[in-house]
Amino acid sequence: MAGTGPTLRVEGLRTHFFTNDGVVKAVDDVSFAVDRGHTLGLVGESGCGKTVTGFSILGLVDPPGRVTAGRILFNGEDLLTAGEERLRSLRGDRIAMIFQDPMMTLNPVLRIETQMVETVLAHQDVDRATARRMARDAMGKVGIPSPDERLSAYPHQFSGGMRQRVAIAIAFINQPDLIIADEPTTALDVTIQGQILFEAQKLCREVGTALIWITHDLAVVAGLADRICVMYAGRVVEEGSLDDVLDWPIHPYTRGLLNSVPSQKKNGERLEQIPGMTPSPLNLPPGCAFKTRCPRADHVCDAEPELREPVPGRRIRCFHPHARGSP
Amino acid sequence: MTPMIETLGLSKRFVKRLDLAAKIAGRLGADVREEVVHAVDRVDITVGEGEVVGLVGESGCGKSTLGRMIAGILPPSEGRILFRGVDVATMDEREGKKAALQVQMIFQDPFASLNPRMRVEDIVGEAPIIHGIVAPRDKAHYVAEVMRRVGLDPDYRRRYPHQFSGGQRQRIGIARALAVKPEFLVCDEAIAALDVSIQAQILNLFMDLKEALNLTYLFISHDLGVVKHISDRVVIMYLGRVVEVADKEALFAQPNHPYTRALLNEVPRLDLRRRAYQPVAGEIPSPLDPPTGCHFHPRCPHATQRCRDEAPVLKEIAPGRLAACHLNDGT
Repeated sequence: MAGTGPTLRVEGLRTHFFTNDGVVKAVDDVSFAVDRGHTLGLVGESGCGKTVTGFSILGLVDPPGRVTAGRILFNGEDLLTAGEERLRSLRGDRIAMIFQDPMMTLNPVLRIETQMVETVLAHQDVDRATARRMARDAMGKVGIPSPDERLSAYPHQFSGGMRQRVAIAIAFINQPDLIIADEPTTALDVTIQGQILFEAQKLCREVGTALIWITHDLAVVAGLADRICVMYAGRVVEEGSLDDVLDWPIHPYTRGLLNSVPSQKKNGERLEQIPGMTPSPLNLPPGCAFKTRCPRADHVCDAEPELREPVPGRRIRCFHPHARGSP
Repeated sequence: MTPMIETLGLSKRFVKRLDLAAKIAGRLGADVREEVVHAVDRVDITVGEGEVVGLVGESGCGKSTLGRMIAGILPPSEGRILFRGVDVATMDEREGKKAALQVQMIFQDPFASLNPRMRVEDIVGEAPIIHGIVAPRDKAHYVAEVMRRVGLDPDYRRRYPHQFSGGQRQRIGIARALAVKPEFLVCDEAIAALDVSIQAQILNLFMDLKEALNLTYLFISHDLGVVKHISDRVVIMYLGRVVEVADKEALFAQPNHPYTRALLNEVPRLDLRRRAYQPVAGEIPSPLDPPTGCHFHPRCPHATQRCRDEAPVLKEIAPGRLAACHLNDGT
């Protein structure tokens, strides 16, 4: 574990997909940092680039996609210049990812035990019996009853919530420094979601893992994160501490998102909706990508806004931010 | 006043019949049985005219099956459905068709619920012509009117569903339902598949339509925030049974059933920051093999021997408020 800096620092990351129809700038100049034991909520709607950001960190972007610029510093080491061999030794050991669909993580034809023991043996110099014991403990930790028997089951013998917990157990088994969780609870029921959030919190607290929680659900982030990073059309539009962003959203998009959440409003009143829809990533409007849906947009927004830091610890990409505390 | 929709002891069982091999094995003394899922188990609910009733529960609790039976898509195994006080099973063909038209359904997945090979004008316009609501020569005009009503540009009526975004597709689904001039809409997770900002648009549309057309909704959702926003009354289901019915205000202020309380506790909220989650223990049991007595007892912190033995009945605990829990008996 290196130094005192953040566990992960992403600087000016650009991941573009070179398709036949044109260049999709899925991630375009994204920067953020996560400290040890902290949680960053990466929030945005479908197609905003939040998942591709996660994939880029792990070096999992496939052609026609390519990281074209930026730096990804993990404990001070730039992952973009690290070789595939080095990445492979980090993935599953120091950095783990939890996907929305646990069937994507688990091999359907291998027993859970095989998959978990393999994860340990690939990275640690222990014997098989020790690895099995670690696997059993990890299963117990995420609340799977009778882990000894369940280890010999196949993924299809688990329910969705159980499967996701197995995926989380695998992610946590080597006590990584960083976990990237991509909408891990979106497909789950509320009571199961509560269980998963509980486990994630506990393991983060106990092990000091840094967590990136990718989601579209602001309410989940409110209960979990220390900082929030809001993305729109491949760019970070607002970033700050949890309370700052939720209490005083200054970007019109963040404000619109918060106003769209029903529990915020008085019951039965009309919700303040964001008009229109997310533009196609192949055909983004020039300048600010949000201007077509923004109530504050004018001719200034035809130029591209820079990410600024109007208050320390608060970054925003907008020409017409809301004043702090304004209604 | 007669409620618009009333269900009396409505049940739906799905039976997986034994195949030939299993039957032979059974004859030879093997322990094989037909698998029966009690998706909906003797449910009584009422929906009054102009009311929005939220139907809440986790996956597998039978909320969609109940909605489909009310919408007339699935035949019930047992029990009755009354439409304006008349049993739909006893209606003659003409009356039955009329009643069926009055109840329409909006589905969760706007990608799967629209025929990809039909143009919007046919998706929306087909049913009203067949049922004689508009003459074929007025179709274009009528379709345009319905499309405008749900916020779609009538210029797009010659397009196919894949040419629309998720939110617009959901609007097409709503237009299709509205085209036969229903009084009652069953919305089954109608906004669950949409992005947050689009969810707000569709929720607003539902509320506008209710005002403009005097509609009644059964709003099925797992999202308590959404249900709290739109409903007048809320019905909570767990494993095929109704466990609590209450006015929205009462339910959210003072949930009675332990399951409702657990559910409300788990809902992430914007104003609860960095909270420590304290989850309900256990999983939702399989509906193939539900627990004895009260279905919730294995996960309930207050369960007693009685809960394990005897299923609680749904009874009135306050005016307009029902709950199925032995704890209300003061034992």
